[in-house]
Amino acid sequence: MIELLDVHKRFLENVVLDGVSLEVKDGETVALLGPSGVGKSVTLKMINGLLRPDAGDVIVDGLHVPQLGRKELATLRGKIGYVFQYGALFDSMNVAENIRLGIIDETCYNDAKFCQDRVLECLRLVNLPPDVATKLPAELSGGMKKRVGIARAIAGKPKYLLYDEPTSGLDPVNADVIDGLIERLRDELGVTSVVVSHDVRGSFRVADRVALLWQAKIRAVGPPDEILASKDPAVLQFRERDLEMTRIQAESREGEREREGEGGGGARGRNL
Amino acid sequence: MSNGAALTLGPLRLVARWSLRTADHAGRFSFLIADMFRGLVEWRTWVPRALEQATAVGYGSLFIVLLVAGFAGAVTSLQTGYQFTGTLPLYYAGAVISESMILELGPVLTALILAGRIGARYAAELGTMRVTEQIDALESLGRSPVSHLLLPRVIAGLLVIPALTMFANATGIVVGYLTAKGSLGLTYADFEYGARYFFRPLDLWYSAIKSGCFAAAVTTIPCYLGFNTQQGAEGVGRATTTAVVAASVAILMLDALTTKLLLVAK
Repeated sequence: MIELLDVHKRFLENVVLDGVSLEVKDGETVALLGPSGVGKSVTLKMINGLLRPDAGDVIVDGLHVPQLGRKELATLRGKIGYVFQYGALFDSMNVAENIRLGIIDETCYNDAKFCQDRVLECLRLVNLPPDVATKLPAELSGGMKKRVGIARAIAGKPKYLLYDEPTSGLDPVNADVIDGLIERLRDELGVTSVVVSHDVRGSFRVADRVALLWQAKIRAVGPPDEILASKDPAVLQFRERDLEMTRIQAESREGEREREGEGGGGARGRNL
Repeated sequence: MSNGAALTLGPLRLVARWSLRTADHAGRFSFLIADMFRGLVEWRTWVPRALEQATAVGYGSLFIVLLVAGFAGAVTSLQTGYQFTGTLPLYYAGAVISESMILELGPVLTALILAGRIGARYAAELGTMRVTEQIDALESLGRSPVSHLLLPRVIAGLLVIPALTMFANATGIVVGYLTAKGSLGLTYADFEYGARYFFRPLDLWYSAIKSGCFAAAVTTIPCYLGFNTQQGAEGVGRATTTAVVAASVAILMLDALTTKLLLVAK
């Protein structure tokens, strides 16, 4: 179980979290929603101890994360898979080496056969073909990088999975693929997940419960249906803003398609 | 507040802020060094990576180091000829060229070149890894960035820089002799006599110890600055520039310190 108890965090004068409390039960997927810069990623980094709260407590698997020493924290991190916003793949290593780094157990890590099998298994779980294993991150598309990031996060068979904006910067098709993947991993691996996102539609699809982080506090928590029906002005405002963004993005894509169509027609005309 | 008080407090505040920032850097730098010593036990992680780094950095820097050392030897030879011709015996040129290269030009020029080459590379690599969350990713996988990223780079520098310095010393002396032979008509016997007459084994030790100290500065300072990079691409640029400047200044300070401690004090 993951618990955040009255967590406070500020960077200089900027108060990022002001008394945030949240509980994620074992096997549950919670989506943490909120506008950009509201402290969602900071919350996620506190769960695996990359950041320490100024006040309050973070409890993961019964351990008080801010009080853990170096070794205990490393052990705990072995149970937590972290999917970074832009993949955070190591440029100098190929996909297989990147995924292999996710194998936490040292004996397994040094067993070449085990690593090879595990890498292929992880690639299968994230719907990537085996030949991707030898490619460098620079040769992959944005969606593939995210999937390799997920493969690395699950390579150590974690109990918890933390997703930081897993669909940001992706087109709707690829975003749907990633959302499907999150659902599938939840069902196949039974992991406890926290998904940080500002994508309302995707979050409502994958989450058992949704929490809205608004102005440094948790404004609403509940099952997706409950949040959808909420009359809280902050929830309504966030949903409207998201719908507006979705509409603008759709119009922009439509415009691009039309321009491409005109350009293509013109070119054909000239050729003829 | 009166204008006078404001004028007094302004510089005071600046000094206080600068002092706090310096203390903060000194503290964090010390902790990083302590972490590196602690990380030495994880040799299975850093040894293969250190060898990779040493190969890349060593081969990559060899040509430029030898080129600069060759020119330094040639210029020292020409200037020695300009100053000594008609006043001192020619064999003194052998002493001046070899001692200048071993004691000062070889170690300092090599270190300054590598501060630009290796220092900038380390700061930019680690800074980019920091801002693209690769270092966070390593930590989140329960792995130590110190033994995976910092120790290999520092150890590689500590191995490679003294070795490159010795090559630079030899190249500078050979090119210096050839230049003196061409421009002054210095014979090999005279050159060897002068070089041997003033040479003490301590000089080579001094050169090696000095280049080891420079290697520590050229590697640890850029690693620290790159590792603590903030604010995206601009931060990486700032860390890289600062790393080269800070490492170069540290080299010159260490140069004065090692000379005082190892040569003047004896």
